[in-house]
Amino acid sequence: MFSFIGRSIVQKTITLFFVSVVSFLIIHLAPGEPSQIDPMNPKFTPEMVERFRTQFHLDKPLYVQYVYFYRDLFTGKIVSWKDNQSVLAKIWERFLNSLPLFIVGTLLTWTLSFPVGIRSAIYRGGVYDRSATFFSYLLISIPGFFFAYILIILVVTAFHVPVIGMETYGMGNAPWPNLFMDRIWHLLIPSALGATAGIAVLSRYVRSQMLEVEGQDYVRTAKAKGLPPDQVHYKHALRNALLPFVTMFGLILPGLIGGSVIIESIFSWPGMGRMAYEAILARDYPIILTVNFLSAVLVLAGTFLSDLLYLVVDPRIRL
Amino acid sequence: MAETLTKNHEILEGPQAPRQSRFVQQFRLFKENRLAVVGLVIFLAFFITAVAGVVLTSGQDPVFNPSLVRLQEKLQPPLSLPNLETLKAHEVPTLGIYLLGTDDLGRDVFARMLQGAWVSLTVGFVAVGIAVIVGIFLGGLAGYYGQEGICYDQILDFLLLLSGIIFFILKWHKLGFGLFTAGIFMMILSFRARRVKQNRFMPGWLHKSAFSFDTLIMRMVDIMLCFPSFFLILTVVALLPASIYNIMIVIGLTSWMGTTRFVRAEFLSLREQDFVSAAKALGLGNFRIIFRHMMPNAVAPVLVSATIGIATAILTEAGLSFLGFGVPPPYATWGNILSDGKRFIFDAPWLTFVPGIAILIVVLCFNLFGEGLKDALNPKLRQE
Repeated sequence: MFSFIGRSIVQKTITLFFVSVVSFLIIHLAPGEPSQIDPMNPKFTPEMVERFRTQFHLDKPLYVQYVYFYRDLFTGKIVSWKDNQSVLAKIWERFLNSLPLFIVGTLLTWTLSFPVGIRSAIYRGGVYDRSATFFSYLLISIPGFFFAYILIILVVTAFHVPVIGMETYGMGNAPWPNLFMDRIWHLLIPSALGATAGIAVLSRYVRSQMLEVEGQDYVRTAKAKGLPPDQVHYKHALRNALLPFVTMFGLILPGLIGGSVIIESIFSWPGMGRMAYEAILARDYPIILTVNFLSAVLVLAGTFLSDLLYLVVDPRIRL
Repeated sequence: MAETLTKNHEILEGPQAPRQSRFVQQFRLFKENRLAVVGLVIFLAFFITAVAGVVLTSGQDPVFNPSLVRLQEKLQPPLSLPNLETLKAHEVPTLGIYLLGTDDLGRDVFARMLQGAWVSLTVGFVAVGIAVIVGIFLGGLAGYYGQEGICYDQILDFLLLLSGIIFFILKWHKLGFGLFTAGIFMMILSFRARRVKQNRFMPGWLHKSAFSFDTLIMRMVDIMLCFPSFFLILTVVALLPASIYNIMIVIGLTSWMGTTRFVRAEFLSLREQDFVSAAKALGLGNFRIIFRHMMPNAVAPVLVSATIGIATAILTEAGLSFLGFGVPPPYATWGNILSDGKRFIFDAPWLTFVPGIAILIVVLCFNLFGEGLKDALNPKLRQE
């Protein structure tokens, strides 16, 4: 157990190092220079460019830049090239904006996909199962931005509520139930959009897991000895089918920092994805690299967590 | 007499070949899945449309001109008739009707959709083609040569050569040249040391294997999986000059990991089987064994993941076009038709719905077709 933990921590640190090198190389070897982002600006004199280059070590060789960059990142001193603000503070602020989307989206995904998946496994081949299958394919295939516009049209014309942005501007003095409902309406559509693909995929996975367990001998035994169907399905089958999903808790971790670029830019939601998108447009390398690094850390931590959970919940695995 | 003859005949035949070939069985299984057949039919229709689209909308005097601006005819709803009094002869739409309406510059949406179909098709196929080639290559290497270790001297060689080249590029010619020659010298040395049993050239630890080839490739897969894919694609596409080929290459090079894993897993089980041993015993080359004998047996999961990968690639391209990256403006793609139309979402909803539904249907058909293929190729479901 401890050797497994030690081994995987070492392995993941090495992976992280290579990720940092590769992402640094991708960004810096791409054509064009960040100091030339706005060549038509008359304020951008050659002296300014030169000062910019020395301030951010752009005149040094690449490996020196790499060392400087990750030293700044780990000491927390890293600043954005655009406005000299601390990158970590900026990310934290945007992260707090994206967090409600992530929480609501995850809750929607996990609460909706289980009932749908279980029901279509129990009534396999029936009308419900087939329509659920078709709908999940539909939800996987629909482009997020198109679905967003459909939902905007529907909600705006049917309920007459504003949905763009995080809150309606100028509602400072409104009573708190109105404020609360306003926030809820703004939150609901983007997070539902973020959850669609997750619901579709997860419910299919729940269905296949349930089907596999329902074919086992002990489920047949439970049926044969005359237990009520509910008890068979939910007590004998479901509990065993749940095993793989415990490990999936680790895999939702990367979603914390992902934030959908497309959905956040449609809804003018000032979250992580929007910030990353703006940083890409402005060639603000420190932000791009930091977001990339943090998400790599989360992916690795997520797989590590899911391995650990698997060890804990499945007694058959001994390392 | 006759009875014994038939008996002998039966004995002579020996074990019978299966009545149906595998392909026929798979096709029968596939046909039972009605959704998958619908997916295949739509896919073929899409293919024909895209090919017809690129023929009909390109050239000097195309049949359907997707970039012809008619400002007096802007934002016409679908199936509306053109106002013949204000249009010149060459500006009248070919079908005499705006089948899918016009956009904010009065361009025929039908012609633009035809042009965009080709982009979606090629992006899907080329990107997935790149991903599959890289995936099969790396997965095949990892699965077939997986257990063979990479020794320390090989790593040292590689590092010397690489650093030599890098220093040479960085204009430190002397150091680069020195390292490069040292690398080559070292390579010759280790070749000799491997030939001779009692070698005096090198210390023994250099011949210990550091890690296996399999580990190397699988760590590469892990590294690639750490990147948030859409964000990575967006970054690279934004930094590179806007062109459709860059998008294809970038999508392809960021999505080969799944194929590599599938192919490696298949190869690991295939290399232990008798027909591979037989092929080796017959003295066939490794290359021929990999590509002629093992690959056809490993291709089923690749085919399925490729079909679904095409759907994902089309969605990614549409998302990039929607964000304003990708194909430069006069050229229409489904993503940028939708992106241009989003400002008129309440006045001209067809500019959103026509490309949106088109993307939805094409991606859906690829997904359904892929799932049907998965069931048809699944040996568990095949009946003997």
